[in-house]
Amino acid sequence: MAYSEKVIDHYSNPKNVGTLDKASKNVGTGLVGAPECGDVMRLQIEVDDATGIIKDAKFKTFGCGSAIASSSLATEWLKGKSIDVAATIDNMDIVEELNLPPVKIHCSVLAEDAIKAAINDYRKKNGLEELVFEEKGVH
Amino acid sequence: MLKLPVYLDNNATTPMDPRVLETMIPYFTEHFGNAASRNHPFGWEAEEAVDYAREQVAKLIGADPKEIIFTSGATEGDNLGIKGVYEMYAQKGNHIITANTEHKAVLDTCKHIEKSGGEVTYLSVQEDGLIDLKDLEAAIKPTTILIAIMYANNEIGVIQPVKEIAAIAKKHGVLFFTDATQAVGKIPVDVIKDGIDLMTFTGHKMYGPKGIGALYVRRKNPRVKVTAQMDGGGHERGMRSGTLNVPGIVGFGKACELCRLEMDQDTVRISKLRDKLETALLKLDEAYVNGNREHRLPHVSNISFKYVEGEGLLMGFNKNIALSSGSACTSASLEPSYVLKALGLGDDLAHSSLRFGLSRFTTEEQIDYTIEQISTTVLKLREMSPLWEMFKEGIDMNSIEWAHH
Repeated sequence: MAYSEKVIDHYSNPKNVGTLDKASKNVGTGLVGAPECGDVMRLQIEVDDATGIIKDAKFKTFGCGSAIASSSLATEWLKGKSIDVAATIDNMDIVEELNLPPVKIHCSVLAEDAIKAAINDYRKKNGLEELVFEEKGVH
Repeated sequence: MLKLPVYLDNNATTPMDPRVLETMIPYFTEHFGNAASRNHPFGWEAEEAVDYAREQVAKLIGADPKEIIFTSGATEGDNLGIKGVYEMYAQKGNHIITANTEHKAVLDTCKHIEKSGGEVTYLSVQEDGLIDLKDLEAAIKPTTILIAIMYANNEIGVIQPVKEIAAIAKKHGVLFFTDATQAVGKIPVDVIKDGIDLMTFTGHKMYGPKGIGALYVRRKNPRVKVTAQMDGGGHERGMRSGTLNVPGIVGFGKACELCRLEMDQDTVRISKLRDKLETALLKLDEAYVNGNREHRLPHVSNISFKYVEGEGLLMGFNKNIALSSGSACTSASLEPSYVLKALGLGDDLAHSSLRFGLSRFTTEEQIDYTIEQISTTVLKLREMSPLWEMFKEGIDMNSIEWAHH
């Protein structure tokens, strides 16, 4: 299986690997996937309360190169966005950016789930209503 | 000077020994005759070459040359051996016993037989990959005509108790077929001493060419016959029609001879390298060898690195080191290895495994390089793994409710 250069780059030089303090009120944590599926992503965002802008984002992923790249890319895209705009990130954007083949599209879907889960976790902690996301069809 | 990439996927295929290639070359453009051409020197030469190779092959496994049928490889041998017996002995019964860790070529052949009305029992294996002999004997019934258990497993290298299986088969008057693809040429295999009735193996796993293999079919005590699956000119005693692949056969014969003469010294050297690799990698935390370590091929190691995913791991060095995670045949799917699952491994460990297959051409320098690359990559990926972090914090991952997608 040939990986795109961008996937290889994210894998070799992943952006924003790490952990934020999940107990902090400004931090939203999304943990998605399952060890049995071979894909687990943990995405965290640190939000500036005043502006609603994502100040920092970190990830850790158990999964293949495409999964790692998808979550790494996600953290790059999240930084500097408001949580409302971040909620509109679509998995197909990730697929296009990384040139993911059909068999790896599910990695991008998981990354999108992780983003939404992190946002909702933040919203819940801060007394905001959790957003309802439509179930994505199986690709 | 270390030449990259390093090849450690010898269970998938092996490089041809240059000495094998050398013997084959004249049979492409010089002595290119059809071995079945009875009437002229081109045919006679080809036939002589085939006869000689047949002896070389037979000698490696302790058989009579008359008991060797040339095939296109082990998959064909699995089909011919299993379907061939099923059809030939239909009057006697229609029940076959096999194991759930067999190669797909055996499992899919058995599925085909089930569709045709046959009955197949797929035995489970124990945690170390070995068959439970009591389960085997208990599964035999009056309609059983064949037991099909592989000699050594292609993913974990585990060697089954072949002599004991053969004894049970003999006791109940059931034929014993074994897919010995990973064993022949690597460890001593003797069809008489081991009590085998039918056996398949192939050239490209023992430094020979691809596209050529053999099915051993016993002629004495008892005399076994198989119904041909390829009809045509009645070649190979009516059991496998088709013009013989003379250059392939010549190469296969030479490969068998080299294995017979060099196996013992190769094994000493290769098993030392395998042990060095394994010992070093087991020094990493949460690394586990899959399968019985005692009854195992000397050149194989299957290791799981917990909390790190196999494909991701391979990506760290697969430009430089050739390995597989699970078998080559299952790598196209997204499923974790069915062999590892059969051992009772959780999906996470099955997803985290690497299979190492060393060869006659593996050097210590290659092993040292591999140890370093893999260790570095495992450590790097662990830093990136949320599961490793949770493990380090003492969180019980079995208690987490994962958000399945």
